[in-house]
Amino acid sequence: MKAQRVVWGETLAELAASDDRVVVLDGDLATSTRSDLVATAVPDAFVQVGIAEQNMVGMAVGLSTLGYRPWLSTFGVFLTNRALDQIRMLVSQTRAPVRVAAAYSGLLNGSAGKTHQDIEDFAIMRAMPYMTVLAPADEFEAEAVFRWAAEFDGPLYVRVARDPVAPVFDESYAFEPGTPRLLTEGGDVTIVSTGVQTSRTAEAVRLLAERGVSATHVHLPTLKPLDVDAFLGLVGDASLVVTVEEHSRIGGLGGLVSEILAERGGPRLVRVGLEDRWSESAPNDFLLDKYGLSPERVADAVAQQLAAV
Amino acid sequence: MTATTSRPSPEELAAVARRARWRIIETVTSSKAGHIGGPLSATDLLVALYFAELDIDPADPKKTDRDRFILSKGHSAIGLYSVLALRGYFPEEELATFDHGDSRLQGHPDMLLTPGVDASTGSLGQGLAFGAGIALGAKKLGRDFHTWVMVGDGEIEEGMVWETVLSAPRFGLDNLTLIIDLNGLQQYGWPAGPDDRFDRSEPVGHVDLERVFTGFGWNALSIDGHDFDAILGAFDRVTDDRGVSGRPTVIIANTRKGRGISFTEGTYKWHNGVATDEQLDLARTELLGTTEDAR
Repeated sequence: MKAQRVVWGETLAELAASDDRVVVLDGDLATSTRSDLVATAVPDAFVQVGIAEQNMVGMAVGLSTLGYRPWLSTFGVFLTNRALDQIRMLVSQTRAPVRVAAAYSGLLNGSAGKTHQDIEDFAIMRAMPYMTVLAPADEFEAEAVFRWAAEFDGPLYVRVARDPVAPVFDESYAFEPGTPRLLTEGGDVTIVSTGVQTSRTAEAVRLLAERGVSATHVHLPTLKPLDVDAFLGLVGDASLVVTVEEHSRIGGLGGLVSEILAERGGPRLVRVGLEDRWSESAPNDFLLDKYGLSPERVADAVAQQLAAV
Repeated sequence: MTATTSRPSPEELAAVARRARWRIIETVTSSKAGHIGGPLSATDLLVALYFAELDIDPADPKKTDRDRFILSKGHSAIGLYSVLALRGYFPEEELATFDHGDSRLQGHPDMLLTPGVDASTGSLGQGLAFGAGIALGAKKLGRDFHTWVMVGDGEIEEGMVWETVLSAPRFGLDNLTLIIDLNGLQQYGWPAGPDDRFDRSEPVGHVDLERVFTGFGWNALSIDGHDFDAILGAFDRVTDDRGVSGRPTVIIANTRKGRGISFTEGTYKWHNGVATDEQLDLARTELLGTTEDAR
């Protein structure tokens, strides 16, 4: 298993070596985000901006006007929250081809705690006009997404997870933007997940199968734009839909699916995600269990909802 | 850069500036929205840039190696639009659409809409980083154009400005120049004195800007921002320094808010506002020497 951040550093280094338009701007976290792999391999493609995320966004947009395809590299929270106005004004409004690479996304941030956990990014970025929002599930999908993003001519946000997860896909994976991915088919419940939470959710689906529950599992690598008809086709006539995400229940995947199902007159929906509260610093397994995102806790939540139907 | 010999004279520039100032107050008055004081304090600097300094071509607004100008104090958009119109980027008549629906002339500059506008601005403090990115890109690509950014003195209260001030010398951006339109007043500011016209002055009057910027590793010049000889002299020093010091330059331009119209000059109360018919007549007389329709 390879961490998405390592895949990011390696892939960007490779892309930068063959494409002069690639430039990576770092907010002094290169050894964490692994953009140090770019700095080492292709020094000309690496710009150290320092601990100044707002400046980093502004400079990236300036570079983009000269034909560069800049990638912003720092912890997600410092982009989506601290530099939010800069992304809104300078990236979204100008439709600049700037890639916002949110390393250390979501809840699992190396025990850095609530200050560094970005559990609102989907809600923020999804509301941003013209912003494409991506959350790959594993190392294979991440690499495919990064390679696709390198050619994309517009603003783009992508979650990059710090720690490895069990792979969902393999080397044969081909990314199709906007397309939902059907992972398993079952008749009792439809579970929708995104990002690396899909890996943990896939394990939850296996645990549910052991309990005699058969689930349809849909993964959304693209939260926006989304092929809604394809998504509804996969939801089918399910009576219960459960969304699972490493994000606040408010405004993220759960919010997205709520909007779609409410407009079409859909089935009962349950949103598994972080409650409307701050988390804490702790090891990954502790956080996943306490905040309801471990495979066991997700399986429990689904089983509980099925029992309540 | 335009060769010094082909520059218009200070008198010619002053005439352009008077007409630009007329367009500013006339447009804001007819649109019933927009800013007055900031555009008027910046007018002479903008005229000097667009008529005597920038290597640009209004017939080819996106010319690859054009000099760039970023109006970071985006609420002074009408000042920029007036100068762009006079320079030939679009008809002067189009100024009448300012701030109207479906207009290319938005209340704040939009680089996707307006010919000659190099950067979208409006949330204060962001233009310098944008310019630093362009200047860095030009260095990396080995291209020989200059990037200019104008901020207001109130605007530099924004923290993001100082992130870029700190980093720009490290990148050796002697192809980047910051102009501070130091007009001494912001929208409301702080109480400072008994005079009703100057009683809320000096956004950063307690700061020795030359010393601060020099301390950060910049070249710093202070000038009278309404004296064309001084402005052009400062531009020449910027040109002379290209490829020499490796430092970005700040031009601290001492200006007067509302400059050029008797009732708007020197008062924060004309940060924005709409002139009465009588005031508009007076402004026309002061700027153009006539009460005839200036169209």
